[in-house]
Amino acid sequence: MDLATFLIQCLNAVQYGLLLFLIASGLTLIFGIMGVINLAHGSFYMLGAYLAFSIAPWFGTNFIALLVVGTLLAAVFGALLEWAFFSFLYERDHLQQVLMTYALILVFEETRSLLVGNDVHGVQVPPWLAGTLPLGTLMTYPVYRLFASLACVVVGVALHWLVNRTRLGMMIRAGASNREMVRALGIDIRRLYRIVFAGGVALAALAGMIAAPMTSVYPGMGGQVLIVCFVVVVIGGIGSIGGALVASLLVGVVDTFGKVFFAEYSGVGVYLLMAIVLVWRPEGLMRRRF
Amino acid sequence: MFRWWPLPAVVLLAALPALLTPYTSDLVVQVFVLAVFALSLELLVGMTGLVSLGHAAFYGIGAYVAMLASPAAGAGNLLTLLGASVGAAALYALFVGAFSLRTRGVYFIMVTLAFSQMAYFVFHDTGLAGGSDGLFLGKAPTLGPLDTADRRQFYFLALAALAGTYALLTLLRRSRFGHALAGIRVNEQRMRAAGFATTLYKLAAFVIAGALAGLAGCLLALKDGAVNPELLSWHESGAVLLMIILGGVGHLRGAVIGALAFVLLKELYSTPAVVGEFLAGHWPLTLGLTIIAFVAMLPRGLIGLFERRPR
Repeated sequence: MDLATFLIQCLNAVQYGLLLFLIASGLTLIFGIMGVINLAHGSFYMLGAYLAFSIAPWFGTNFIALLVVGTLLAAVFGALLEWAFFSFLYERDHLQQVLMTYALILVFEETRSLLVGNDVHGVQVPPWLAGTLPLGTLMTYPVYRLFASLACVVVGVALHWLVNRTRLGMMIRAGASNREMVRALGIDIRRLYRIVFAGGVALAALAGMIAAPMTSVYPGMGGQVLIVCFVVVVIGGIGSIGGALVASLLVGVVDTFGKVFFAEYSGVGVYLLMAIVLVWRPEGLMRRRF
Repeated sequence: MFRWWPLPAVVLLAALPALLTPYTSDLVVQVFVLAVFALSLELLVGMTGLVSLGHAAFYGIGAYVAMLASPAAGAGNLLTLLGASVGAAALYALFVGAFSLRTRGVYFIMVTLAFSQMAYFVFHDTGLAGGSDGLFLGKAPTLGPLDTADRRQFYFLALAALAGTYALLTLLRRSRFGHALAGIRVNEQRMRAAGFATTLYKLAAFVIAGALAGLAGCLLALKDGAVNPELLSWHESGAVLLMIILGGVGHLRGAVIGALAFVLLKELYSTPAVVGEFLAGHWPLTLGLTIIAFVAMLPRGLIGLFERRPR
């Protein structure tokens, strides 16, 4: 493997890892704060991709506007979903929530097939991002992938600021480390739940919109990414956004280079990584204990 | 009042084939197989308090091993196949349990999921066992006069497996071992303080559950005559968890009722003659909405319908 190929694989690994981070950060917060094992999280990723496909004609080349509007729509949808399907479940056994999210997967997948059909669709890369950058003498790297990484970094920094520097973020952090205490201190936990859920949906949908021009839009794209994101959340430690970042980059590297070196067994690599991490640290890399 | 219902139920089910068409008989066999699978998970979730989202791995391994252990030509021995399936599933459960029982709660859910996905990718991506196409059974195994190719005889085999599993779990539940598991479910630290090696108890439960799931998988492979990697996928693990929650966790009856409800609802919603051409093509939608309604209205599962509310 020469240097240029290696560099390209590194860029791919980082880009994949950052995309996973967007999805997994929402998942880890929903896990950590609401205690909901959200099996439907992959469906929100799929939703984002299909949203990008459906609303793309109205935005022309203004891809940024598409991302912003789509994310807002997804957040509203998330808040509605939380109100309709989860707000009455918090006092119940957690298994009921698992059942609910499983049922939602079925509903989302079929609604998608009713509305858009089962064909694979493509989303055009906007013209101003369509070029490639030369890398070394023979290789090139698509500009859009760099844009995707950059967009994820921007969102990640914003998320970091939100969680660590604002009052809402303070409540979120407190909720992630001790839910009962937060409730006892008189914080409106239901409002917090709704915000966190809507935010998680918005992040996953944003990731789906960013991924749509790279991966195309196809049925079942949610299920695959969901399991990988669970792995990320568990490696990073539930409720830890920093952990999710480290873990998603780690998973990105293992997955990308696994495909290069051990093509046949590449599917196993990520799960092996998780097993090793958990044997070493059963609570994930960055779970804070109080 | 409901305590003795399994006995008349078995007698009734044994008399049933006389009335059934081949189609409905196949459906009932499907319920039997899935009920064994659901019961095996109930041992973990309901009796021990360990929620596993990777139980389909043992089911799938049981099914695959039944195929791999069948001779290429001629009929295999049923006992050998059953033994191989159950043994292989139990071995993998021992391996998975030894690692995953170090974690608890949500982490345990995720680790079991990860191990099942590993098994899934091994069967799906490598050429060990037919890759993504799966395997086909050459000739159904026999045991003396018993020929599993005969649908009627297979019906009784599946019924016997279900009754045996149910009886085994009932006995386990009443034994010292079962009481220890119940204690671990309620308060593991206290059980450890009382001198129980709780991890060993949990590991034993995990291995037994895996072995029973392997039995269900073996039956499924013989019933369908084919296996594919999707049997090990997390969708299958999710579906079996759905069955026991739907039926009602904490009761053996709940697992059976859940499996029955799942199969019947799925069949009902995907039959064009019942719900019309359009809805039958989109049965997951109606199934999903029904489950949502169940979650909203039946907090204790279907079994809650038959019980008085505790005061």
